[in-house]
Amino acid sequence: MSKPVSSRINSQSGEVIDRTKPINFTWNGQPLTAYEGDTIVSALMASGVQVISRSFKYHRPRGVLSASYVDPNCSVTVSDEPNVRGAHRRLREGDDVRAQNAWPSLKLDVRAVNQLVGRFLGPGFYYKTFIKPQFLWPSYQKVLSRFAPGGSPPAPGGGHGNFDKRYTHPDVLVAGAGPAGIAAAIEAARAGVKVMLVEEEYEIGGHLRYGGPEALAALAALRAEVNSYHNIEVLTDSVVTGRYDDNWVAVVQRSGVWSHERLIKARVGTLVVAPGLIERPYVFAGNDLPGVMLSTAAMRLLELHAVRPGTRAVILTANTSGDEAVERLRSAGVEIALVIDARTGVTLRRAIGRGRLKAVECADGTKIPADLLITATGWTAPTSLLNMAGDRPIWDPVAARFFPSELIPPSVMATGGIVGDGTIDQLIKHGRAVGAEAAARATGATPTPVPPLTREAHPALFHGPTTGFLDFSEDVKSKDIMAAVKEGYDSAELAKRFTTSGMGTSQGKLENVNAMAILAEATGRDLESTGTTIWRPPYAPISLGALAGRAFDPVRISPMQPWHVEHGAVPLIAGQWIRPEHYGDPSAEAQNVRTHVGIIDVTPLGKIDLQGPDVVKLLNLVYTNNWDNLQIGSVRYGVMCAEDGVVMDDGVTARLGTNHYLMTTTSSGAATVWETLEMWLQTSHPDWSVNVTPVTTAMASINIAGPNSRELLGRLTDIDLSPEAFGYMKVRTGSIAGVPDCVVWRIGFTGELSYEIHVPASFGLHVWETLLSVGADLGVSPFGVEAQRILRLEKGHLIVGQDTDGLTKAYEAGLGPLVKLGKDDFSGLPELRWQESLAGAHSQLVAIETTDPQLVPPEASQLVVGMAEIVGRITSSRMSPTLKRSIALARVSGELSVPGSRLTIVLPNGSRAEAVVRENLSFIDPEGVRLHG
Amino acid sequence: MILIDCPYCGPRNSTEFRHAGEAGKKRDVTTNDPAVWRRYLYQQDNPLGWVRENWFHTAGCRQFLCAERNTQTNEFRWVAPAGSPGPDGASDNGSAR
Ligand SMILES: [Zn+2]
Repeated sequence: MSKPVSSRINSQSGEVIDRTKPINFTWNGQPLTAYEGDTIVSALMASGVQVISRSFKYHRPRGVLSASYVDPNCSVTVSDEPNVRGAHRRLREGDDVRAQNAWPSLKLDVRAVNQLVGRFLGPGFYYKTFIKPQFLWPSYQKVLSRFAPGGSPPAPGGGHGNFDKRYTHPDVLVAGAGPAGIAAAIEAARAGVKVMLVEEEYEIGGHLRYGGPEALAALAALRAEVNSYHNIEVLTDSVVTGRYDDNWVAVVQRSGVWSHERLIKARVGTLVVAPGLIERPYVFAGNDLPGVMLSTAAMRLLELHAVRPGTRAVILTANTSGDEAVERLRSAGVEIALVIDARTGVTLRRAIGRGRLKAVECADGTKIPADLLITATGWTAPTSLLNMAGDRPIWDPVAARFFPSELIPPSVMATGGIVGDGTIDQLIKHGRAVGAEAAARATGATPTPVPPLTREAHPALFHGPTTGFLDFSEDVKSKDIMAAVKEGYDSAELAKRFTTSGMGTSQGKLENVNAMAILAEATGRDLESTGTTIWRPPYAPISLGALAGRAFDPVRISPMQPWHVEHGAVPLIAGQWIRPEHYGDPSAEAQNVRTHVGIIDVTPLGKIDLQGPDVVKLLNLVYTNNWDNLQIGSVRYGVMCAEDGVVMDDGVTARLGTNHYLMTTTSSGAATVWETLEMWLQTSHPDWSVNVTPVTTAMASINIAGPNSRELLGRLTDIDLSPEAFGYMKVRTGSIAGVPDCVVWRIGFTGELSYEIHVPASFGLHVWETLLSVGADLGVSPFGVEAQRILRLEKGHLIVGQDTDGLTKAYEAGLGPLVKLGKDDFSGLPELRWQESLAGAHSQLVAIETTDPQLVPPEASQLVVGMAEIVGRITSSRMSPTLKRSIALARVSGELSVPGSRLTIVLPNGSRAEAVVRENLSFIDPEGVRLHG
Repeated sequence: MILIDCPYCGPRNSTEFRHAGEAGKKRDVTTNDPAVWRRYLYQQDNPLGWVRENWFHTAGCRQFLCAERNTQTNEFRWVAPAGSPGPDGASDNGSAR
């Protein structure tokens, strides 16, 4: 290997590099220098580096192809960030740039032997090779991931700075800032609307940036106009990745000030699609050799970065872009060995070289030595955003590219190369007309069509007489398409999936049309009838970080949470709520409730205030039981079922006044119940007069449980707590610890004498602390959710969602006595009627005892009879501190639910344990002496 | 993302809403035929074209709405409070049950 020679040339008028600001970076560990404004790839090319990457399947050496964001050969790793688009990303001081897909090195790549065994990696390789046997899939995945394209993900904990989101509502959003796009933005801004102009590159201008003096002058004028409008927001290094219903447009902003990458969610009045054209590669043998590139790539390197892409060139040209490249290369000092004018029907045979272009073989067999081969054989219209708006592009055989159809809604327009050809002036004129119309449509005007751009004839050129690479990022050759057709994959979508053509990093932008053309030839059709694959979002890659953005998950805490944190509470995340799971020893907390008194923060309990003359009708409709005779001052337990009879929620509801009730729900069901109440009232019974007010967070709730609870609460309230005055399932209002308007009811989830108090939230902490301070001599201590779960399990009270699931109907949960089938109507009535008639056939919730009292079978353990027949599962299990033995609830099939039935539990380690069904769900105090005390 | 023009709140993203099923289904709790009830519970007509359906503005006014949406284009041509009579001349594919 000869020592690399710098290929930087003299200053160019449109160059974007700052020669006063050198940048130091390393390439595979080797120190190199470049200038500010260089892309990674222009910096490498300037330093004489030609091989940028190894290809994904065959690990062939690759160099610059398009020198743009979509260049499939220029993905590199920068520090620990993989898959950086090296032909796009600007170099920063100290960048540690490394090649990808190269092991052990770019020069000597072991996996390049794939080239020799290419026939084993033919089209359909994924589908055919790794199908059977199923049990080898873990090994397959290891093999596949080693050969997958791209670099390695950053190490866990690593990351690349901030990711963020933004929401915006521009009247007009222009995707693409070439001459037409810029002109559209200017004219829309002139109409006074809010405009966003989005450009994928670091600067606006499109092909004007590398189009010579006339183009640069036009661009300077456009830039000045853009700058004169404060209502145009210009986003560079940003790309529109998708257009969705009602012009919801996703923009990825890559080099924002505050974030590494930002996802902008824009609701747009009129979307103007102006992405320009992408130059199409030409297919022939050796077309992937470093040194073979597109005319636009050569001009970008020359004009923007002052890099000479070679020393002796052959140019295959069919258009003005190729013709211009000839002139630019010549004036940059490149020797022009041969110009092949493809418009005359002449072409080339193949490119020759090993790891680097050495010569070009002409159609007549002549071999021309060259280190640069430029092709300018046609254009691809990136119709992606139009596809997403419903467009199905149509092939124009005269212009030799796809054009949009008329299927787009009026809120989406297009301008520039995607819809036609013209001089710079003509493109700007069309852009202006579209921009004015876009602004008009955004402000409600009736759409009027904009006269179209003309279309120029262009020869339809896709490939030479030899076969070559079609998709550089997926290493798909033209003959692979032929093979796919032979195997019957002869439609555009099928051939794409079979060969994976268009599924790599450039996502079809470079290769799609060639693939369709070759498919059309192989199937004897024309391109019009072959059609094209539909481009789906995203148009350009989005990092997962940008999609995730910043987390804005709301958190709900009770007013007592600071106290819990201060006292060592272990947090439990329950939906949006954070609450104490325990304060260190849940078993001791539970025992203290049985022996003395405990208090638990139950603020997350759903609370809904119901007022109005028709509340009882609503209660009768949503609960399965009867609410006609609930007296003022009483509470009642109720179960709600969905219309399919499945248990949805449960809780107690208190009658506070003639037309005033307070409903409680489970913590997790609060939102669903609220919505259900509104659904019934709004859709089925708008004539009922009921006011529904959620008051969950308006009240702090505390459950005081244990034999000393009456004594404790009695020290703080003016309410008469005597058993005669305030019995079980009653409700009273009064003051507690000096706080008026508190609601107190006597219920017993824990199985102990207990009072649940609901106090205005702002006094929650005060009441909590007062209870603890005045009750020290009574042995009061706080308990958490875990102790509450133990206590309720000892009592045999079910938890909806824990002991029931999405299929459990009321009778299966042992709630039959609460279902009043005699009522005219309630949610789930027909299903429950039919279920009741099948009594005994359905599964049942039962309490079970393991033969080994120390064995606590994990929740969700299966219950079986015989060797394998599954007859149920454990729904809740704990070690009971009161009974000093294992206790559990289980769902079992009907015939095994009778007391005394013997069951086998399958434990997670595969071993089995025996258990027996108990008489009663309650493990302690089945008669309710403690509860009613 | 679909934009829904809530009669109470104005145009809002569809993520603020919950789709609440096709409109016009007849709920008959007196039926003795499980097939009838389960058709009411589970089966949607889901026609290609215009459909009358219910939406609930969960993160907005919390009102149930009825609307006419084209299932092919996601276009809404009518959004109104629940129980409103249909728009003049509009077909009503959802209520034929
Ligand atoms: Zn609303």
